[in-house]
Amino acid sequence: MSDHPHRLAHEDAPWLKAVVLTVVAAFLVLVLLLPMAVVFVEALRKGLDPALEAIRTPDAQAAIKLTLITAAITVPFNAVFGVCAAWAVAKHRFPGKALLITLIDLPFSVSPVVAGLIYVLIFGAQGWFGEWLLDHDIKIIFALPGIVLATIFVTFPFVARELIPLMQEQGVDEEEAAVSMGASGLRTFWSVTAPNIRWGLLYGVLLCNARAMGEFGAVSVVSGHIRGLTNTMPLHIEILYNEYDFVGAFSVAALLCLLAVVTLVLKTLLEIAQPPSRRVGH
Amino acid sequence: MTISIRSVAKTFGRFPALNHVSLEIADGELLALLGPSGSGKTTLLRAIAGLEFPNEGQIFFGDQDMTYASAAARRVGFVFQQYALFRHMSVAKNIAFGLDVRKGRAKPSKAEIAAKVDELLGLVELSDLGKRYPNQLSGGQRQRVALARALAVDPSVLLLDEPFGALDATVRKSLRKEVRRIHDATGVTTIFVTHDQEEALELADRVAILKDGKIQQVGTPRQVHDEPADAFVAGFVGEANRIEGTVAAGRFSAGEVTIAAPDRPDGPAIAFVRPHQFVKGGAIPLAVRRATHQGPLVRIEGETASGLWLEAAFSRDQANGAGPGDAINLGIERAHIFSA
Repeated sequence: MSDHPHRLAHEDAPWLKAVVLTVVAAFLVLVLLLPMAVVFVEALRKGLDPALEAIRTPDAQAAIKLTLITAAITVPFNAVFGVCAAWAVAKHRFPGKALLITLIDLPFSVSPVVAGLIYVLIFGAQGWFGEWLLDHDIKIIFALPGIVLATIFVTFPFVARELIPLMQEQGVDEEEAAVSMGASGLRTFWSVTAPNIRWGLLYGVLLCNARAMGEFGAVSVVSGHIRGLTNTMPLHIEILYNEYDFVGAFSVAALLCLLAVVTLVLKTLLEIAQPPSRRVGH
Repeated sequence: MTISIRSVAKTFGRFPALNHVSLEIADGELLALLGPSGSGKTTLLRAIAGLEFPNEGQIFFGDQDMTYASAAARRVGFVFQQYALFRHMSVAKNIAFGLDVRKGRAKPSKAEIAAKVDELLGLVELSDLGKRYPNQLSGGQRQRVALARALAVDPSVLLLDEPFGALDATVRKSLRKEVRRIHDATGVTTIFVTHDQEEALELADRVAILKDGKIQQVGTPRQVHDEPADAFVAGFVGEANRIEGTVAAGRFSAGEVTIAAPDRPDGPAIAFVRPHQFVKGGAIPLAVRRATHQGPLVRIEGETASGLWLEAAFSRDQANGAGPGDAINLGIERAHIFSA
């Protein structure tokens, strides 16, 4: 045709594109990459050995263990809950559906500190069930159950929020087809619904996991900061930092960052590995 | 399987979708549920399938009351408007699904299932595509897979919801013939929903016409076209000029148009005249505005002096070259007149 540059109708002028991309890149470097880099640089300021040493201290080891245990309990719980909630919301009509959707979003809109306080008010020594719990020698606040409860609260919406739009878009046709051919409810779920949502579910689980390991506010309120007992990694980092142990603080922070990076790399790999059936739609 | 629908009513919230519908479908019959959107035709089909349960009334399969039986117990084959193929399963797996989910003794052996799948792929002429996935097929091919999948369970009744709605005109025509061929080959009682009257008239043994959750008329394609039961059917099935006028002393009149209406009560009325029911050389002078050639027919549209817009269809011989600006005289051979 002519020697005009080939450009699609919806595309902007090249200079505009360049400016926008530069702004975005600069912003990402300044706000995300630079701080991340600082974490690693500060951790390795005195070399690799002090950094590894900081992670090997018994308190750090206890914090890592507690974080992993918390995630190991929280993530499966919220995965199951998320699938149930998304399934109910996306595939069924029932009274109170709007309320359920609002409740699912609640943890996103409430400050994590408030979430932690709620649990202290309910289960703490001066709380509603405090006396009864004391009498029966059950520790929730300042112990693992409290930390898990607070983390579950905060990471509640990730899986459900990931699945609801996906399941709504897929509709109920395939499920109805399965039922019309004689499949039981359970069989329909495993043969039809689950395979259709597996990528979205994995995605939601990874995000949920990342947040479960990184949660600070809510856990901080319920944990009690008992070293070697109720400190998760984020809390341990704060303590080290407040004690001017910068290498220690940044070393544990670097480990937490690495966990997050691994999660994101996994997520990206999953996206690439996705079969065409979901990308193209049907 | 004979299907008997007895005074079935269904409401969604306060919206009545089915208003005491009764209908008998004979064994081996191919029946169309025809109606505009919102007429309840899909709801009726889904109630027969067990995907929707009526508030009142009964649905019998043979002499068994299936009103509240599960979809599984009814053994129906259901073809969805958007196919609803399982996107993560191959074509062969899709077709085998209804047999795969059976339990215990009812479940055929793997070899039997494979043989059935092959047979059905052959029936819908997709023998080489068993290993493909739904998103690798064209719309017409997907519809054939959906059909094969529905037939895999040897259904007592095959139900199709707007089966050709999402296809382009050519594919639609060939698939229509396909459905007729498969119906004749299997002999399975078949009910399909459509809003396309041409489709219903061409394909079905009988047509049930629904409006506002009620059946207006049930009959052969010829009956619903030639002997419409009411004004809605007359206007909905086939093309017709709708002329509003009055009946007085056994005659319908509106402007220049007068038609004998011996058995109609006096009062406002509507006459339906199909384009081919006009003859040339009558008492209605028409100023021709448009003449379009459609194969052997010429469609002539024009206006009378009193402002009635009429459309007539003639053979080329009869039309005799009439075109815009000409004046011709029309007579009415037949009409359907209903009190308004």
